[in-house]
Amino acid sequence: MKIKVNDLRFTYPNGVEALRGISLKIESGEQVAMVGQNGSGKTTLVKHFNGLLRPTSGSVLIGELDTRNKKVTVAKLAQHVGYVFQNPDEQLFSRTVGDEVAFGPRNLGFDSQKAQKLVDEALALVELSDKKDTNPYDLSPTWRKMVALASIISMDTDVAILDEPTTGQDAANVARIAHVVAELKKRGKTVITITHDIDFCAENFERVIALSQGQILLDGPANKVLGREEILAQTYVDPPQLARLGKRLGLKKTVRNQDELLGALKKH
Amino acid sequence: MAIVNLKKVSYKYPLTDSLALNKVDLQVKEGEFVAIIGPNGAGKSTLCYTLAGFVPHFFKGELTGKVEIANKDLALSALNEWVLNVGLVFQNPFNQITGAKYTVYEEIAFGLENLGVPRDEMKKRVDQGLTMTGIRDLADRSPYSLSGGQQQRVALTSILVMQPKVLVLDEPTSQMDPIGTREVFGVIRSLAERGMTVIMAEHKVEWVARFADRVVALYEGRVMMDGKPREVLNSERLLGKGFGISRYTSTAREAVKQGLWPKNRDLPVTLDEAVAGFKGGRK
Repeated sequence: MKIKVNDLRFTYPNGVEALRGISLKIESGEQVAMVGQNGSGKTTLVKHFNGLLRPTSGSVLIGELDTRNKKVTVAKLAQHVGYVFQNPDEQLFSRTVGDEVAFGPRNLGFDSQKAQKLVDEALALVELSDKKDTNPYDLSPTWRKMVALASIISMDTDVAILDEPTTGQDAANVARIAHVVAELKKRGKTVITITHDIDFCAENFERVIALSQGQILLDGPANKVLGREEILAQTYVDPPQLARLGKRLGLKKTVRNQDELLGALKKH
Repeated sequence: MAIVNLKKVSYKYPLTDSLALNKVDLQVKEGEFVAIIGPNGAGKSTLCYTLAGFVPHFFKGELTGKVEIANKDLALSALNEWVLNVGLVFQNPFNQITGAKYTVYEEIAFGLENLGVPRDEMKKRVDQGLTMTGIRDLADRSPYSLSGGQQQRVALTSILVMQPKVLVLDEPTSQMDPIGTREVFGVIRSLAERGMTVIMAEHKVEWVARFADRVVALYEGRVMMDGKPREVLNSERLLGKGFGISRYTSTAREAVKQGLWPKNRDLPVTLDEAVAGFKGGRK
C-alpha cells in the first residue's frame, strides 16, 4: 500500500505550525526511519498516516484513501495502518496478553480461526507465547512494549508504524525488535519508525528521512543520508557510531554496521 | 565519607517470590557521579526506588539490610523527611508531571509549595532551575504541550529546585534526542562537580563512559561489577547477559579476531579510544 504525502502542512490548535510543506512517497514494502530532534515534526507526520491528525492543507493518501475525507475514519485506516505507541501503557487495556493481542483482529472482523492464527503468530514472533494468560501489567514495561508490538502485528496491516520502539529497551530486546522489523519486511509489509536510536536506524532501515522544524532535510538511502554529518547536525542527529568511526579512520563510504566497517578497513 | 550507604540490601515486591535486589552493597561518596547499568529486569529501577524511599514506603514488600543516606536510616525515616535528602527523576516524565498545573513554571514550583518554601525563595529557585536546565523559554507553556525530551527536563528541574543532597535518575534520557541527552548529561556532570551526589540508571554506555566517575553493573538483583567506567564497560563479563555494549567495544572485539585491533590493547568504549586503537592496529 502506497503512501503519498503532498505539500502537507499542519498547525496545532495552539498555533504551533508543526509541519511546513512535506512531500514524500513511500512504496509498498519499504522500511523507512524518520529521524530528527524532539519537536521536528516526526510524530505529527506519522499521525497523519492513520488519520489521528488531518492536514491543515495539502493531502495524505493511504493507497486510494484520502485522509482529508472525513468518511475515511480512523477505524477504516486502522485496517491498513497499525500504530505502536512510544509508551505501551497508552494502548494496553485488556486483562490478558492473549485478549490484548486478539482485540485488533477481532475488531477488524476476521473470523475466529484466522484471528487465532494471527494472534499465535504475533505472540511467537515477540517471544510471548507462554504469557498468553498473563495480565499485561504484571509484565515489565519492556515486555509490555512487546505486547503492544504484537497487538499491532496481529492486525496484519500493510503498514506498521513503530514510534520509538527501542526507547528504554536493553540490548537483548533491541535485537528482538530488529528481528520483528526483518520479519515484517519479509512479509512485504511497510515499516515506518520514528527513532532517536540512530545506530538501530542504520542497522535495520534502508531509507532514512531526516526532519527539521516541520520540513524534510534529507531523504534517501541510509548510507547516503547518515553520512551527511553537517546537515544532520541541523536537526541534532549524530551519525551512527560506526559511521563516525569509519569517517575518522578515513573511509570514503559511510558504513552502516560492523561488517561494513571491518570489511572496508581490510581493504583500506 | 560515604553519603549513601547500602549494606546487604535485599528486597522482594509484594506477592512475589524472587528477590528484586539481592544483598546489594553500595557506598557512594559526596559529589560522586555513579552510573548503574544492567539489562531490563536487573533491578536498576528497584534500586532507584529504594534510594528514593519509595521502596518500602510506597511499594511495601519486604526490605532487609540497611539503607542510609546522609546519616539517616530509611527504616526509621518517614517518606516526607526522606525526600528532603533524595530526589528521584523517573524514566517516564508522564509519571512525574503532576497534571495539576497549567504552566511549566507552576509545575516546577509545585514541590516547593508542598515543602512550604517562602514565596521569594521559591521564585529564586525556580528561576535558577529554569536556567540550569535550559528551559526558560518553556516557562509559560503547558507541561502537556511539550515533547518527551522537554518534559523530562521539566521533571528534572522540578526535582533540582528542591535541592536534594542526592539526585537519583532512572534512565532520564531514554525519551531524548542526542542534544537532549547531551544537555542532561552536561547538567548532571556540572551538578556533580558542584558537590551534588548523582546516581543514575542508564543504558547509553558511551555517554556513561564519558561522564560518570564510576559504574555499577547490576545483574539479577546483585552487584556484579563496581569500578571505573573503563574497567567495567568493556569487560567480557558483561557479554551474553543483555548489558548494553558500546558498538566500539563489540566491533573491536571482532576486529581482534580479524587482526585489525592489537591483541594486547584495551578494548575501546568511546569513539576517541576506537580511533586511536584502529589507527595503531594497522601500522
